[in-house]
Amino acid sequence: MDTAIIFKIAGIGILISVLSIVLKQAQKEEQAQMLTLAGVIVVLIILVQLLSQLFTMVRTVFDL
Amino acid sequence: MEIARLVGIALVTTVFLMFLRQEKPQIAVLLSIAFGIVVFFMIIGKLFSVVQVVSQLSRKAEVNFFFVSTVLKILGVAYLAEFASVICRDAGEQAVAQKVEFAAKVIIAVLALPILVAILESIMDIMPG
Repeated sequence: MDTAIIFKIAGIGILISVLSIVLKQAQKEEQAQMLTLAGVIVVLIILVQLLSQLFTMVRTVFDL
Repeated sequence: MEIARLVGIALVTTVFLMFLRQEKPQIAVLLSIAFGIVVFFMIIGKLFSVVQVVSQLSRKAEVNFFFVSTVLKILGVAYLAEFASVICRDAGEQAVAQKVEFAAKVIIAVLALPILVAILESIMDIMPG
């Protein structure tokens, strides 16, 4: 299992928070909101794949 | 030195989480889920060998394998439910966490029912009437 996924998600989060601060300063509140939503969705897509790996692993180990 | 790697990742994740909780709590929750999965995958190999040893021992001792597999299933259900409910509680959703735990308890009770029946039947065999 790669630990790079943690850094990937943390990087996306920090990037998005910085960009949304910039957009808020430029009076573009709606775009900041959309950016946050897009970031959450991107991370969620990464995470859903991880979760499916987790479930298959649990199923094989504990023969559920 | 698995533990050193794990502690390092945990500390780094904690620092990232402290930042993200203030700025973007949604992504903080996702990061803590990802951390849980990474830790699980680091540990699962060892856990798998322990499980295999236990099932080999049970085969050697000629214990009914159905009981061992039920215990393993209960362990799996309990682990998954704990994983979900801790993350829900971390995100402040106490109600969702409670429901997950409740459902897990019911599922474990259903899984344990055949063992209970087997115990009662063997007691009946010992004490007829």
